[in-house]
Amino acid sequence: MEKVIAGYTVDVTEEGYLTQMKQWNKEIAEAIAKELGIHELTEGHWKVIEFLRRDFAETEKVPTTRRIKNVGNIPTKDLYDLFPDGPVLKAAKIAGISKPVSCV
Amino acid sequence: MPNDDKIKKVSIIISKGSLEGVYPGLILANGARMKGIEANIFFTFFGLDAITKKKMNKIKVATVGNPAMGIPSLIGIMPGMSALASGMMKKQMEQLDIPPIPEFIEMIYDAGGKLYACLASVEMFKLKKEDFCDQVEDVLTVGDFYELSAGGQIIFT
Repeated sequence: MEKVIAGYTVDVTEEGYLTQMKQWNKEIAEAIAKELGIHELTEGHWKVIEFLRRDFAETEKVPTTRRIKNVGNIPTKDLYDLFPDGPVLKAAKIAGISKPVSCV
Repeated sequence: MPNDDKIKKVSIIISKGSLEGVYPGLILANGARMKGIEANIFFTFFGLDAITKKKMNKIKVATVGNPAMGIPSLIGIMPGMSALASGMMKKQMEQLDIPPIPEFIEMIYDAGGKLYACLASVEMFKLKKEDFCDQVEDVLTVGDFYELSAGGQIIFT
């Protein structure tokens, strides 16, 4: 389905995850973040978002928390502090990639 | 489903010290934190091995008395079988990005999960707080455990 986010028309799933990562931009990220209760995206947030987008483009999978830690060099504690209450679910939505489907 | 029906808190009991006894509880706890659900883990009986510094790295899968393994117990009893099966299973898990137990415990702790040891078992095995990894919050009585589980779901594994 189509949705207008930050003035851009994008394709999203019912849950609001972008289906085409190339439709994403930083303004869309900021708008989704606000919807999720994150009012300002800091340098730490962008580091996670950029890693998720880069890794998703390479592997076609949303990285696990462990991969974000070991490959993305983002400590798990920081990840949870930056995106409280469901960090990878939230970060993936903001990053304009698929909903994570892994159990770990 | 209205928001009020969502699970907000889980308290998971890990009571077994085999690989297949420990992982489900850890995956449930970590998965809860990934969904923003509060998670406590209570380690009891041989489950304590998963948080005991000297043992947490050596947890093995049971090859004897475990019909689902497809290995006859007579073969499973042979020296090295358990290590072999554990090695194979660990390799599989690594491919799925499921961490080894010490790393998993650390991740759950960093994710805000709380880890506790059961007092009765700690006394039975003559263990001390120092025998456990740093991520263990406290040694609790069953009564304490129920108190901290109040308002959430309790899962026994």
